[in-house]
Amino acid sequence: MIRYIRRAAALCLLLLVALLLNAARIQVLDADSLDHNPANRRLTIARYSQPRGNILVGGKSVTGTKDTGEQLKYERTYTNGPLYAPVTGYASQTYGTTLIENAEDGILSGTDSMLAPFPLWNEITRSQQPGGNVVTTIKDSMQRAAYDGLGGRRGAVAAVEPSTGRILALVSTPSYDPGLLSGTGSSVTDAWQQLNAAKSQPMLNRAIRQTYPPGSTFKIVTAAAALDADVVTDPDNETDTPSPYVLPGTSTTLPNEAEGCENTSLAEAIRVSCNTVMAELGVRVGLKGMVDAVRKFGFNDTGLKIPSGVAKSNFDTEMSDDQLALSSIGQFDTTATPLQMAMVASAVANGGDLKYPYLVDRTTTRSGSTVHRNGSHTYHQAMSPRTAVQLRRMMVDVVEQGTGSNAAIDGVKVGGKTGTAQHGIDNSGRPYAWFISWAQAPDSAQPAVAVAVVVEDAAANRADISGGGSAAPIARSVMQAALGK
Amino acid sequence: MTATTADAPPPELRLPKRRGVELLLLVGAVLISVYGYAAVGLARNDAVPPDVAGYGAGLGLLALLAHLAVRFRAPYADPLLLPIAVLLNGLGLVLIYRLDLETPKDQAAPTQLIWSTLGVALFIGVVVFLRDHRVLQRYAYLSVATALVLMIVPIFFPAVNGAKIWIRVGGFSFQPGEFAKILLAVFFAAYLAANRNALAHTGRRIWKLQLPTGRVLGPIVAIWLLSVGVLVLERDLGTSLLFFGLFVIMLYVATGRTGWIAVGLLLAAVGAFVVGSFEPHVHSRVQDWLDPFASIDAGRGPGQLAQSLFAFAAGGMLGTGLGLGHSILIGFAAKSDFILATAGEELGLTGLTAVFLLYALLVARGYRAGLALRDPFGRLLSIGLASILALQVFVIAGGVMGLIPLTGMAMPFLAQGGSSVVTNWIIVALLIRVSDQARRPRPDHVETGVIAPMAEEEP
Repeated sequence: MIRYIRRAAALCLLLLVALLLNAARIQVLDADSLDHNPANRRLTIARYSQPRGNILVGGKSVTGTKDTGEQLKYERTYTNGPLYAPVTGYASQTYGTTLIENAEDGILSGTDSMLAPFPLWNEITRSQQPGGNVVTTIKDSMQRAAYDGLGGRRGAVAAVEPSTGRILALVSTPSYDPGLLSGTGSSVTDAWQQLNAAKSQPMLNRAIRQTYPPGSTFKIVTAAAALDADVVTDPDNETDTPSPYVLPGTSTTLPNEAEGCENTSLAEAIRVSCNTVMAELGVRVGLKGMVDAVRKFGFNDTGLKIPSGVAKSNFDTEMSDDQLALSSIGQFDTTATPLQMAMVASAVANGGDLKYPYLVDRTTTRSGSTVHRNGSHTYHQAMSPRTAVQLRRMMVDVVEQGTGSNAAIDGVKVGGKTGTAQHGIDNSGRPYAWFISWAQAPDSAQPAVAVAVVVEDAAANRADISGGGSAAPIARSVMQAALGK
Repeated sequence: MTATTADAPPPELRLPKRRGVELLLLVGAVLISVYGYAAVGLARNDAVPPDVAGYGAGLGLLALLAHLAVRFRAPYADPLLLPIAVLLNGLGLVLIYRLDLETPKDQAAPTQLIWSTLGVALFIGVVVFLRDHRVLQRYAYLSVATALVLMIVPIFFPAVNGAKIWIRVGGFSFQPGEFAKILLAVFFAAYLAANRNALAHTGRRIWKLQLPTGRVLGPIVAIWLLSVGVLVLERDLGTSLLFFGLFVIMLYVATGRTGWIAVGLLLAAVGAFVVGSFEPHVHSRVQDWLDPFASIDAGRGPGQLAQSLFAFAAGGMLGTGLGLGHSILIGFAAKSDFILATAGEELGLTGLTAVFLLYALLVARGYRAGLALRDPFGRLLSIGLASILALQVFVIAGGVMGLIPLTGMAMPFLAQGGSSVVTNWIIVALLIRVSDQARRPRPDHVETGVIAPMAEEEP
């Protein structure tokens, strides 16, 4: 019997070994894939088990957290949700994250390995780092000026500091309160459905995620291309362009809204916004030259990140000359985000040196020591410094004696360009009013700010007036805020 | 070695009783449990639970009373059995208390503590009043009759969570099948001790397998039918597997006939396949085992087994620490069938291995007593009781870890469940009794202190 008892004991030992091997399989070998199974709630629970880090504007937090006492403990709150929604995005327990909440999630949720003083030791002790903070480049007064200026109309404002690329204001209206989406449950899903169904698309970040036909504001880009390509050597010389202009290879005539455009100089064409001149200059630069020029401003870049992705601003790379003519005045398939047009103004203001735009100044640990600091770096030399000097003068003329007079600020050098973009079938939609501008204080060597404003439902009859009428005053108050006036 | 010691007369050989070792180990077991209890409080509320002293004193008192019973009534008993039982029981209480924190409306630890107390009381009762395990041999047929009644009664009660294994009277519920395990082990041991020669040496031999004759095949078929009956009527795969496994092991130990094993495994395979294919409750368990994540893919969220696997995985090597895991996500039965997942998540592979080794040690000591005993009944009884523990641990641990299809069964001592904890204490009491018998010096050999293994005829 002893032999059989031993064999039975061996069977028990076999069972023990099977259990131990199986335990090792689950707890060590397969652990990683099981831990990251989307149906496993543990990562989510851990994520919300501590207060989320904050997003700072001008040294003050615009976010917070509240203890819900539920399984997902801490929920996001926003102190002035609609104002900063295009900057912060939302951090929802139900719908995930967007914008800075998404791009800097590792810092905010505390999972970023850079937050831990000793990463390896952390793995062993499983200690969680408190969520770090994200300091934005936004200037509160400018953000408010832009938000109040839009006054709930559909539109967007983007403002950057030309010398660094810091994004100073990023506004999209109508906006929404991201705090409505923070938690879980039916109130959140209801709010989500409501916001998504709303015709005004409050969750759309128009400043970086919506593209509009840039209309006449795009003429700055065409002018830069023409000057850089020596198609125009002196902006004050006559350009030998007919008005009205027959689009190459077609019998369609392109009219002007402005008077006296025939053969007029580039400077005058910018000042009064002549379609015919700029269309012809675009064709003279040629498709390759134009595509190359727009690329240096950021058009056709699908990878622009601030750190959230910016929608691609488009300039077709293959088209016929008549299409090129229309594209050169910001029509046809040419589209741009408000941020893209702010970059155009910024490039002109900064002597052609276009800085890469960024929204996050630095990230810090909970206690405030810096984890990562974003520096300024050049995105492209968008045009030659000489061209920039000429364009600056032309843009100043627009404000001082042209269509952009509503943007003028006493004692400050302001350059601008108005734009109106027709859209819809047969241009039946209400035109988009554009204004791009920059401002430089008299005692400063560097421009303080470059702004782009777009107002979607501008009610106006005459094209360029609407840009100057609806959008320029908003740009003016944003620039005033930037200059501290 | 010095000359003096070499010249000294050899000390009188005396078999140590090892009661001091047992007491020391008990102190350790109680302290570990108390530490676990305090660790849960520290992890959850940054404070030691206020009743930690009371809890420690209570567990300590129970351990001390059990120890005294053993010291006076079974002085030669194996010193490891009681400390392991106390440690597992204490750890179980900690885990249940820890899970109670997640379910404030459903407090299971106080009830479990009462059942544990009752279990220890019965342990003391068995140790004190059962002077010789051989007495049980006389009640073999009474045992099997009682076991059958206990197993049949729940069929007339409504099913709980798909299994008809519960008797509910008022707010009080228990699983009679748990007690039936011991009774069946007693019966098998008695029956096999009496008939093992007949079983071993009759029957036709086909090729290398010696098949049993029809006359003695009867009891085996009866047991098989009983297991399948339990499976079908009570929808309790675990108990069925346990009974059948127990019988096969004891039959093998008693006869050494591989033919029996072959027949048994064949019958078990046929039964399991048929029931697994056609009984919906068991069939769904098998499906779950084959693909624990099917419900996730189907968009219905993770099932219990998937949640259990998530819990084990979350534990990793060292565990999250007591009180810091999320095994409550398993939901229903987290404190009973799935208690091991909490151990796995919060104590890690390290802690889980320790728990498995405790069980292995408990089983090994039971086998050891079986080896050392002289009477066949005692041998078979201790092997049977130890095998119950081994099979039960394997079936439920393998089930919750996806090794075999999941069957509802309590992890011995750890899981919430009064009938289970009481039964396990009785099992340990019986093992204490047989091990005392095994290690007790025979009156005529007291001076040698050596237990010679019984010479026996091997087929």
